[in-house]
Amino acid sequence: MSDQIKLSAKDVNLWFGSKQVLKHINISFPKNEITAMIGPSGCGKSTLLRSFNRMHDLSPDARIEGKFALDNLDLYQKGLSVTQVRSRIGMVFQKANPFPKSIYENINYGLAINDVPKADRPGIVENALRESYLWDEVKDELQKPATRLSGGQQQRLCIARAVALRPEVILMDEPCSALDPVSTAKIEELIVKLKKDYTIVIVTHNMQQAQRTADKTVFMYLGEVIEHDTTDNIFNHPKNELTANYVKGHFG
Amino acid sequence: MMKKLTPLLEWGTLLLSTGAVCFFLVVILWDLISKGAPSLSWEFVSTLPRAGMTKGGILPAIIGTVLLTMITALVAAPFGICCAIYLNEYAADNWLTRIIRACIRNLAGVPSIIYGLFGLALFVQGLHMGTSLISAGLTLGLLSLPYIIITTEEALRRIPASTREAALAIGATQLESIRDVVLPSAVPGMLTGLVLTLSRAAGETAPILFTGVAFYINNPSGYLNQEFMSLPYHLYMLSTQHQAIEQVRPLAYGTALVLIIVVFLLNLTAFYIRYKHSKDE
Repeated sequence: MSDQIKLSAKDVNLWFGSKQVLKHINISFPKNEITAMIGPSGCGKSTLLRSFNRMHDLSPDARIEGKFALDNLDLYQKGLSVTQVRSRIGMVFQKANPFPKSIYENINYGLAINDVPKADRPGIVENALRESYLWDEVKDELQKPATRLSGGQQQRLCIARAVALRPEVILMDEPCSALDPVSTAKIEELIVKLKKDYTIVIVTHNMQQAQRTADKTVFMYLGEVIEHDTTDNIFNHPKNELTANYVKGHFG
Repeated sequence: MMKKLTPLLEWGTLLLSTGAVCFFLVVILWDLISKGAPSLSWEFVSTLPRAGMTKGGILPAIIGTVLLTMITALVAAPFGICCAIYLNEYAADNWLTRIIRACIRNLAGVPSIIYGLFGLALFVQGLHMGTSLISAGLTLGLLSLPYIIITTEEALRRIPASTREAALAIGATQLESIRDVVLPSAVPGMLTGLVLTLSRAAGETAPILFTGVAFYINNPSGYLNQEFMSLPYHLYMLSTQHQAIEQVRPLAYGTALVLIIVVFLLNLTAFYIRYKHSKDE
């Protein structure tokens, strides 16, 4: 059951202007697993991640070829609304980006624009905050501006915001790169716990983070997937020499 | 020796420049307050001019300026803000957009008397609005538009892309992301631009000269199709056009002081809104 494919990309090429950023990508992510994407800066891992929830739609110079699928749904098919895609595929960004609103409103806003019945919202907000282990820290000050929270709390709020919409997949783009080790540990713990309900793809520059959290790891280099295997194999028995050099820290 | 002296020199130059700016501001304010304050009284701001404007107050001019500024804001702010949103959020970065932007910047540099003549041709004569509050308000609105567009666009550009993406990523449409997240974050910057622009508009004389301002009216109706008095024009008139200039000099200073106070109140409002906004964040 755990090998059921949740999210996949087939024969994907992507250009920004005349520069090809992704080359012949074929990749799939199994349900309820955490997949880490690693590789040197500029290798296209964030670009690939952002293709799944169509974050390139508003960049006029991005050109995408190939097929992206969530279960059997073609994510780029005509007539499918991008907002629908994004409510099923949530995203957490590199830098915590809470809205300039209260803690409560940060989560409630997503529910409101996705037409969740008003009566259900308070319960969902609380539940999302509990799931992100933020509830005990903020339950008495839900009306406080979210920007007053610490960096780590803000990032957990952003995860709560994504979780509240009950997506099937959560994409994380270096979610801990701006955080201290303690906050990072909390978020990693959270990511591992979220696995039972969600399929998670996480882009990271932190080798230890990939090893601590991910079931599978993808190594990308210059816009191509070089190796995709269990995390243990990638770090301890890499088949490709590039992968071996990268995980040993010889370049990057 | 030079190594020690250079930073001191740099620091001194910067301090001197700042000092000079503040010095002139203080001198101007001191001159205005010391000569204008004796004329200020409740009567001065609440009654009509009397005895060929050598006595009495400046109520019609205050009402005129306040109404005029409000009309300017109502005309310029919605159009300007919408235009800035289009340019910054929707327009593709191509030659057409760049030409539009260059035009707007050039418009901001057009002398205000040209706007006055344009307003005379378009609103007063072309559209038969006559010399009136609405003609002058529309003219000042046109004058203010480029400033509002430029400052609003600047405020929007300062909102990082990640803020927009945060909204998009939870399924907001582009419109929702702008309306609910981008604009609220940009309010302080937009407000600063708006108030600076309106302060400038409130003090303009040239654009309203041919389009609606009157030398003297004895019943300030506030109707849009009527002529009106305004503080800057009243001041100009008292200081250069009056037949008893020496006699009305204190009134002129009083008028100048009231104009400064009106502009100051406008700035204070913006300051208060910005302060509240920063506390909410």
